[in-house]
Amino acid sequence: MAEQRFTMVGGGLAGLMAVIKLCEAGHKVDLLSIVPVKRSHSVCAQGGINGAVNTKGEGDHPDIHVKDTLRGGDFLAEQTSVKGMCYAAPGIIYLLDRMGVPFNRTPEGLLDFRRFGGTLHHRTAFAGATTGQQLLYALDEQVRRFEAAGMVNKFEYWEWLGMVRDGSGRCVGSVAMDLRTMEVRSIPAEAVMLATGGPGIVFGRSTNSVINTGTAAGRAYLEGAIYANAEFIQVHPTSIPGEDKLRLMSESVRGEGGRVWVPKKKGDTRDPVTIPEEERWYFLEEKYPKYKNLVPRDVATREIFHVCRELGMGVGGRDGVFLDVTHIPAATLDAKIKGVMEIYEKFVGDDPRHHPMVIFPGMHYSMGGVYVTFEPGPNLEPLAASPKNQATSIPGLYASGEADHAYHGANRLGANSLLSCIYGGMIGGPAMVSYAKNVAKGSASVPSSVFEDAKKQWEERFASIDRMSGTENPYVLARELGEVMTENVTVVRRNDRLRKTLDKIAELQDRWKRINVLDHGHSSNRPLSFVNQLWNMFALGEVITKSALLRDESRGAHYKPEFQLPEPKTKDPTQDPDWMKAWKERHQKWAKTTIARWTPQGSEITYEDIPTPVLDPEPRWYA
Amino acid sequence: MDEATKVGLTTESRPQAGEKWVTFRIWRQESASSPGDFEEFRVPWRKGANVISSLMEIQRNPVNAAGKPTTPVTWDAACLEEVCGSCAMNINGRVRMACSALVDKLEWPITLEPMRKFPMVRDLTVDRTRMFESLKRVKAWIELDGTHNLGPGPRQSQSEQIQRYVLSTCITCGSCLEACPQITQDNDFMGAAPISQVRLFNLHPTGAMHAEDRLHGLMGPGGIQDCGKAQNCVQVCPKEIPLTTSIAAMNRDVTKLVVKDLFFKDKETETAVGGPA
Repeated sequence: MAEQRFTMVGGGLAGLMAVIKLCEAGHKVDLLSIVPVKRSHSVCAQGGINGAVNTKGEGDHPDIHVKDTLRGGDFLAEQTSVKGMCYAAPGIIYLLDRMGVPFNRTPEGLLDFRRFGGTLHHRTAFAGATTGQQLLYALDEQVRRFEAAGMVNKFEYWEWLGMVRDGSGRCVGSVAMDLRTMEVRSIPAEAVMLATGGPGIVFGRSTNSVINTGTAAGRAYLEGAIYANAEFIQVHPTSIPGEDKLRLMSESVRGEGGRVWVPKKKGDTRDPVTIPEEERWYFLEEKYPKYKNLVPRDVATREIFHVCRELGMGVGGRDGVFLDVTHIPAATLDAKIKGVMEIYEKFVGDDPRHHPMVIFPGMHYSMGGVYVTFEPGPNLEPLAASPKNQATSIPGLYASGEADHAYHGANRLGANSLLSCIYGGMIGGPAMVSYAKNVAKGSASVPSSVFEDAKKQWEERFASIDRMSGTENPYVLARELGEVMTENVTVVRRNDRLRKTLDKIAELQDRWKRINVLDHGHSSNRPLSFVNQLWNMFALGEVITKSALLRDESRGAHYKPEFQLPEPKTKDPTQDPDWMKAWKERHQKWAKTTIARWTPQGSEITYEDIPTPVLDPEPRWYA
Repeated sequence: MDEATKVGLTTESRPQAGEKWVTFRIWRQESASSPGDFEEFRVPWRKGANVISSLMEIQRNPVNAAGKPTTPVTWDAACLEEVCGSCAMNINGRVRMACSALVDKLEWPITLEPMRKFPMVRDLTVDRTRMFESLKRVKAWIELDGTHNLGPGPRQSQSEQIQRYVLSTCITCGSCLEACPQITQDNDFMGAAPISQVRLFNLHPTGAMHAEDRLHGLMGPGGIQDCGKAQNCVQVCPKEIPLTTSIAAMNRDVTKLVVKDLFFKDKETETAVGGPA
C-alpha cells in the first residue's frame, strides 16, 4: 500500500494536537501554516484551560463542567462532543503537565486552579496569564520532535487555498501557495483538516491576531462545506481599544478578584483611586450576587454596554468601565497574571497594579464555524476513532478548533477554548486515520490530472488578481467591512441594521472587482494573497450577518432587543408559569443549529434540530 | 458621532489640516538578491499609534513622502501584543518588537530596518529558520511516552515553576541573536535563545532524565562555547528572560559533562538518541 499522508492546515493547538495523534498512529503529515506554527493565534490565550480535576475540595465533577458548558452555550452546543470534552479535560491537563507546561502550583506542588466565568468552581489550570502560549509551545515542541524524526513536513508561510476533489466530490488534497515565492502547489492527502482558527479580522479590529481572517473556513464554505451557527460571535467584556487591535484583558483578572465598577456620579472626572468605596457602583456584583464579576462573557458584555450606552455612566461619560485589581497585592498579581498586567502597562502606560484599568468589550471569538459531526458512543461521548467525528459535510475534509462549530453553542465559557481545541485535535486525528482506512481508494488512485487541473485553476486565479488595476485599495475595503460588522453585528443586533450590513457587503463585493492589487512582485507579495482572502472574508461576513438577521430571538451572544423575552415576574424564572410558557415556545422554535450553505445568490439558511441526550434544556439564568 | 466612533472600536478619524504627521524611513528591498534602500513615508499622527498601526496606515494609502505610489511595505506580524514573536525589527537602530513600539515614545523620524543577522526575505521580513533548527539540535522538548492517559506529571514546587515559567516565555523573536556580536549570517552560532531553552527543559523533573542529550547539543561548532559574553542578549530580550544566567548555568553543566565524557564515558552513559517512540 502506498504511504498515507495527511494534511493539517493550521498549527495552533487543534492542528498540532491532531498532528501528534496522526504521527503516533504512524502516519506522515504535511503541516501547512501561514506563519511558523509557534506564532499561531493560540499563543494569545491568557487565562487558562478548564478541567474538573477537583483538587480544591469543592466536589467538582466533569458532569458539572458539562452542565456549566451547555448552559453557558444556552443549549446550542453539540452535546456528545461537550460531554466527551469535559470528561477528557482532566486527562488533557495532566498530559500538558507531563509535556512540561509550567502550570502554576499549590504549596503542595500540585496544579493550581482558579475561578473563571460561568462556573462556581475553581476549574481553570493556568500558567501565569499566558496559558495559551505555554500550551502552544508544549505541543509545538512535541511536533518538532516528530519533525526531527521525519514524520512531519512543515509548510510554514504557506497558505491553504482550497480543496482538490475527485469525481465523487471527496476531498483528496489541497492547493496551497508559498507566501514567500508565490509558488502554487497541489498537495494530495488521504484527508485534510482545517484547524485554521476564527474570523476575527472580518470584524476589523478584534482581540484576534491579524492572521485570523477566516479565509480558509470561508473558502471551504464557498466550495460547499456547511457553515453553522455563524451568528454566534463572542464579544469579550474586557479589552483595551487600540489603533491596530483590541488587546484582551483576560477573564483571569476577574478570576483572581478583579472588580468591575463605574462611579455612581455620571461623568465623574476624579482620579478613580480617590473615589470612596460608597461612591462606586459595582454593577455586576449588585445584579448577580452569586456569580458577581464572573458571569458568562455575553452577560458581562451586555451589562457593560448597557451601563455605558443606555445609562451614559461610562468612565468620563465615554465608553469604558473600570476593571480594578488595586486591592490585590502586587506580588500576587505578578505571580498569577503578570502577562496581562504588562500588556496594559506597555500599551496604555498606566500601572494596573496601582491604577484601575479602563476597558471595553471587543470582538473575541466565533462559536460558529465549519459544520462538523460526531458519532455518539454508548456513554454519549463521541465514539473513539469514529471517522464521523470532527467530519465536515465534505468527505475527507475535517475541521477542529475555533474553525469548527460544535462545542460552545451560543456562548463559550472562558478557558473552554484551549480545551475544545486540544480535544478536537485529539479525536479529529484518529477520525482522519479511520476515514482513510475505510475509503476504498486512496488519494494515490486519483488521476494526477485532477491535481494538475486544480493547481492550474489557482494559478489562473492569481494571474487574474495580478492584473487587477482598478481604483479600490483592498485594505480599505477590509476596514470598511470591519467597521460595518463591528457596528451592527456584535453586541446589539437590530434587523434594519443587519439588512443594511448585507447591502454594504454586497457593495464591497462589487467594489472588490475594481481593486488595485498594488504589488506585482514575485517575492512575499502580501496584497496578492490578501485580495484573494478578502473575497472569502466577505463570504463569511455575509453568512454571519444573514444568520443573525434570520434568528429572531436572543440567545447567548446573539442579542436582539426587539425579540427579547420579557423579564420574569419571579426571581426564579421557573416559578413564573407564564414566563416558562413563553420560554418553552421560544426554545422549541429556536434551539436549533443554524445551517448555511453557499449558493450563487448568497447563503441559504436552514435549521437543524439539536439532540439533547446529555442534558435537558432549562432557562439560562445567572441572577 | 456614530456608534462605532463612540465605542472606539473601529473608525480611525482622519487628521484635520494642521495636525501632526510622523515621518518613517523604511528599508525597502524586494528580495534577497535585489538592492535595497530607504523609502520615506508620512503617516498622520494618532494617539496610541505604534509602528504596526502605522505600517497598516501605509497599506491603506501606499504613497511615499514624495507623493509617488509605491508597494505596501512587507513585514511580519500576528498577535500585536508581544507574545507571538513575529514583528522583531530594528527601530531607530535598536532591535525590538514593532507592535509595542509606540510612536509617541520614539524619536522622529522613525527608522525601520529588518534584522540584519538573518537572511533577507523582503523589506522588513527575514528568515528565522536557524532558530527553529537550533531547537531541534538541542532537543528542546520533553521525551514523552505518548499522549495516552498516564495520570499527572511530577509534582513541582512553586519556586521551580517560577524559575521555569520565565524561561518558557521565550517567543523566538530573534532579538537576542540580532544583538549578539558573535552572530553573523554566515556563521552558525546558535545564540542565547536555544541555550536558555536547554536550561528550561533540564530543570524539569522528566526533562532532567535527558539533560545530557541536550547538553551534548550545546557542544561543538556553533554551540555554547562560541558565546563571547558580550551580554547584549539579555539587554534586548523583550520578555526579560535572564539569558546570561542561563548561559552561565549551561556553561557550567557543559563543562562538567565534558569532563565526565572524557573520564567516565562507557556504554551506560550513552543514552539513546531521543526520537519519538
